[in-house]
Amino acid sequence: MRCYRAHVLVCAGSACVTLGCHPVKEAILEGIKRHRLEEEIKVVETGCMGFCEQGPLIVVYPEGVMYCRVQAEDAAVIVSEHLLKGRVVERLLYRDTDTNKPIPFMKDQPSLSKQIKVAMRNAGFINPEDIEEYIANEGYFALAKVLSGMSPEAVINEIKDSGLRGRGGAGFLTGSKWEFTNKAQGAQKYVVCNGDEGVPGVFMDRSILEGDPHSVIEAMAIAGYAIGADQGYVYVRAEYPLAVEKLRHAINQAREYGFLGYNILGTGFSFELNIRVGAGAFVCGEETALLASIEGRRGTPKPRPPFPANKGLWGAPTLINNVETLASIPPIILKGSDWYASMGTEKSKGTKVFALTGRIKRPGLIEVPMGMPLREIIYDIGGGVLNNKKLKAVLAGGPVGGFIPADYLDVSMDYESVAELGTLIGSGSLSVIDEDTCVVDLVKFFMEFSCEESCGKCTPCREGLKRMLEILTRVTEGKGQERDIEDLERLSDFIKNTALCGLGQAAPSPVLSMLRYFRPEFEAHIRDKHCPASVCAALLDSPCQSA
Amino acid sequence: MEAATTKCRCGLEAELEKVLAAHEGKKEDLIEVLYWVQKNYGYVPKEVQVVISEKMKVPLSTVYDVITFYHLFSLKPKGKYEISVCNGTACHLRGAPFILKSFEKELGIKPQDTTGDNMFSLGLIRCLGACAVAPNISINSEPHGRMEPELVTKIVKALKEKSKLADCIE
Repeated sequence: MRCYRAHVLVCAGSACVTLGCHPVKEAILEGIKRHRLEEEIKVVETGCMGFCEQGPLIVVYPEGVMYCRVQAEDAAVIVSEHLLKGRVVERLLYRDTDTNKPIPFMKDQPSLSKQIKVAMRNAGFINPEDIEEYIANEGYFALAKVLSGMSPEAVINEIKDSGLRGRGGAGFLTGSKWEFTNKAQGAQKYVVCNGDEGVPGVFMDRSILEGDPHSVIEAMAIAGYAIGADQGYVYVRAEYPLAVEKLRHAINQAREYGFLGYNILGTGFSFELNIRVGAGAFVCGEETALLASIEGRRGTPKPRPPFPANKGLWGAPTLINNVETLASIPPIILKGSDWYASMGTEKSKGTKVFALTGRIKRPGLIEVPMGMPLREIIYDIGGGVLNNKKLKAVLAGGPVGGFIPADYLDVSMDYESVAELGTLIGSGSLSVIDEDTCVVDLVKFFMEFSCEESCGKCTPCREGLKRMLEILTRVTEGKGQERDIEDLERLSDFIKNTALCGLGQAAPSPVLSMLRYFRPEFEAHIRDKHCPASVCAALLDSPCQSA
Repeated sequence: MEAATTKCRCGLEAELEKVLAAHEGKKEDLIEVLYWVQKNYGYVPKEVQVVISEKMKVPLSTVYDVITFYHLFSLKPKGKYEISVCNGTACHLRGAPFILKSFEKELGIKPQDTTGDNMFSLGLIRCLGACAVAPNISINSEPHGRMEPELVTKIVKALKEKSKLADCIE
């Protein structure tokens, strides 16, 4: 293996690609060629580094200097100054939002100090297209450990003891899911990875699939061994073509190296993996709908039980885990369940990836121990509210979640505490809203989403959500009536208790959350025909109030 | 009016045969086949639905059922430039509705429509997963972030010119 004097890591996560990191990479390669540095410097394309707001990002090692918002024109300077002469290019460094002082080294980033990366351990550090980089970072060690000396029961116990819970939204104990599928009777069993990250505002699964696909492949093979399956499917949503490409490449490499396929590592265990690409339907994130979609049908949910653990894909026992959950498996096997369980709270163990978006200074992906107060996440890691506006609430769980108002910012971010506030950790979406956001307008927006994405199979969701949307639309147009509040509450209650799948049941959550925390604002829309945040166009009648 | 397609369809029939042959006997691959058709034809024409139904031994009603269920498939041809405005939560909070309005004004069409000259289609998309650089749009699946309403006129103009140039070369 050749040794290089320096490595230039170019972040090629979804945000950086959107902002044009590929022309930057080309320009750097060109500069390196011009200065004849090809033998000394290696340029590596990595997955998401998490500082998406500052993209396109470049990190130069061994020093670990991070350059932000790099454009193709800047490449020549980075090459001639930093790579050739060893001088840091100050104008491209990240600057502290308060002091405006440059922070040259990535490790000193204020948002990093409180993070612990487990599921995201490799994303942004390795080249996802090179299996050897993954192996060099203890990749496939866990699979080897499992296959060479652990019984399926021992593997399941390890996962159970770690306390890991499904990161896709439901928060069910992963180890128990494995145990049920292991005990289910059936000659053929399947492992399915749910990569249908449909909730708008989250992108951790995308980042893991794009930046560290092997961690998911390794975990699926381990899961296959634990439950007795020799086949697996990764279901990825169609909106993520790059993730599909990286995953396909990784599966081929894993096959070549003998980590997938027949007789893995000479142990007699065989496991084959296929990719299924979705076609754009939010409901396919629901596990029974996802299975229908893999079978090539309309993705509509089925009543449970029977659970997929007993009757899943083509009627066979099937284990379904989310991408982030799977990516956490190999470190748990290697470092032990005690290590993982030492992080987090009593009932919510380990770390969780959150996507910080909305009106926040440093949006991006972060991974923190569960139980961290929301205030630390928003202010210490996220840098606070954009333009120093007043924080109104944080929206957790996306369109099927609810609000955490500013008064509750000290809530511990674990499954139980967040549920007490009437919302959910969900898949980890945290959208900050400030004083300029109208909650009624926002909730209406979510209801539009849920109506559009309702699969139409069960009546409460198909018809009920539509009625709720009609009421909300009316209210934002200044035609609200006094009984609308009561009607919304009644409909919400009804849908929550009678919809067929988890998505339908959760769809009224934003409305209930709004009525719980922002009732006066909603009432102002109805009684005073006034939008306190000055968003609803029909309710901006008095200029003195709207000023 | 003849329905215009986004891409040249010469030779596609032969390729379709090949794709169908590769998935022979695998009904579960229906979505994958439709995916290929959408990508190459720009939509799923009725005659292709019939061919798929016959070759894959799936009822035509099921084929139609699947096409209309998933957002990705369309029964109408799309314009040469398919502009999708992301309307996920993050983009909504950072001004996606204003971006959409600008495109509506600039192109004179509403979402899910195509301009009369088959040049532009406008659509909404739920989350491209680049939320940190919201608002996002995509033009023929290529994502663009940090969008501003002021940029919309420029983008449309640039695409029109690009198309004119391409016509000249042809």
